[in-house]
Amino acid sequence: MLFSILVIAVLATAVLYFATHLTMPAEERAQRAFAPDLVKRGGELAALGYCASCHTAESGKPFAGGPSLATPFGTIYGTNITPDAETGIGAWSQAAFNRAMRDGVDRLGRDLYPAFPYDHFWRLTDRDLSALYAFLMTREAVRASNKANELAFPYNLRPLLAGWKLLYLSHFRVTERFDLGRDLVEGIAHCGACHTPRDGLGAEIASKHLDGGEAEDWWAPPLNRTSPAPVPWTEPSLFNYLRNWEAGHGGGEGPMKPVVAALASAPEQDVRAIAVYIASTLAKPGESEAHVEDKQAQAAQGNPQGAELYAGICATCHETGGRVPFTVASLGQHTSLHAPDPRNVIHVILEGIHPAEGAVGAIMPSFADTLGDAQIGEIVAYLRTRFSSEPQWRNIPNEVARIRREETSP
Amino acid sequence: MITLNVNGRSHRVEDEPNTPLLYVLRDTLELNGAKFGCGLGQCGSCTVVVDGKPVFSCLTPISILPGRKITTLEGLGTEEAPSPLQRAFIEEQAAQCGYCIPGMIMRAHALLTANHAPTDAQVREHMSANLCRCGTHMRILAAIRRAARGMQAADASTIKQELRP
Repeated sequence: MLFSILVIAVLATAVLYFATHLTMPAEERAQRAFAPDLVKRGGELAALGYCASCHTAESGKPFAGGPSLATPFGTIYGTNITPDAETGIGAWSQAAFNRAMRDGVDRLGRDLYPAFPYDHFWRLTDRDLSALYAFLMTREAVRASNKANELAFPYNLRPLLAGWKLLYLSHFRVTERFDLGRDLVEGIAHCGACHTPRDGLGAEIASKHLDGGEAEDWWAPPLNRTSPAPVPWTEPSLFNYLRNWEAGHGGGEGPMKPVVAALASAPEQDVRAIAVYIASTLAKPGESEAHVEDKQAQAAQGNPQGAELYAGICATCHETGGRVPFTVASLGQHTSLHAPDPRNVIHVILEGIHPAEGAVGAIMPSFADTLGDAQIGEIVAYLRTRFSSEPQWRNIPNEVARIRREETSP
Repeated sequence: MITLNVNGRSHRVEDEPNTPLLYVLRDTLELNGAKFGCGLGQCGSCTVVVDGKPVFSCLTPISILPGRKITTLEGLGTEEAPSPLQRAFIEEQAAQCGYCIPGMIMRAHALLTANHAPTDAQVREHMSANLCRCGTHMRILAAIRRAARGMQAADASTIKQELRP
């Protein structure tokens, strides 16, 4: 009896697997025609989802793939999503495209890795998907083969992803909008992909929604009440931050930088809706005043070498009360100095801040060739003591050495 | 008292440890190659080479420099005997007002010392930290290319000599 139940269960699973992983027929590109409005909305959604950050290589053709994404399981490469029939998605029907976006299965029935955030994109409506499809299918077709992922065993076995999806992927369908901001945040903008911590299998932990996570070795701050931001976020400040730069908090760096670059060209009302929703998730009752600390004397006493280096190097720009363009009045306003680990601060000191070519924005030189690991460590420790009341970070010089090593290795 | 190694010579200077290297070079050591542009590490006209790497001397306090090798424009060549890189800048007439050029040459020097045959993309990426207001970029790039060709030719003749029985 038990055995036959087991057999039936295995057979049912196999049937279900094959039914959901059928190859979709290839479609001729010439058959398609799209309304200009639909293409336009698709472009806006592609900006809100910053698709280019994974699917467009630096100085490469738009959406032809190539950028790498380092994950705890190995490196994944963004694929070619231009309408080239052989190397891109030119042969994909709308149905095949929708299945990839919602179920994470490509046209040929292969499971896609959740680095492609279909665990967010299932929330898109049919119209959203039609618009995105129309936009992508009207881009320039680029012949560029996808790079093979470099994943460790057993993560390189795609069929295992079917099990992952059973555990983590919702198959609920969204047909109507209730809250534009929330739909954008949880859907196309997939904020939780970085700002929610992930479990050992790389799935977002539902009970820690927007509690803060990480991306490519950068800390992604919480977008809820657990945020340590010393300056409370508001809808206008979030809007400024998401589109450009915000005097109260600074600007997005690391993996957030391409997001801000994409949102700068997204429709204002959509970005406002995101800002309204995130401001509501961040709001702490009764807290509207900024609490920017500055324990200069105490920090100088505890970290004299850090204080000395800060005075000789950093103070030139950062001790001017915000008069140097794109600096905040006090470094204590930066959430990253209140983070649980020093990674973001170290990344910025080692790599500097560089605006995109031709763009106006913050500039900070890299200090990788000027300062040694111990010296950067002293500065970081000084900044933490001076501007935060949270406990001192551990192993700072080791972290500097590790990040330097990983940044310079090809 | 801090000891600085500039262009192969030791100098004992009495400036405050916090003083930017640029001020010490210009005011104390009277090496006026490096220029003050923005003082914020954003323009590159103060670029010198420290331990083979280009750094902004306006944001480098001398306290961190003992034991490190500093090379300035004066360390490359003289007016009578310019270095191959300086000669390439002259031959390409790669200067208009010229204010950024010492920094440009030092940044290019660091690149060409490490890599005799950089690609155009590598040169552009490497030089992007230095600004030129006059728009001499194409000539600056041409000068760097010319200097690189010279170095490759020198490399090739060295290899030939080594291969000779």
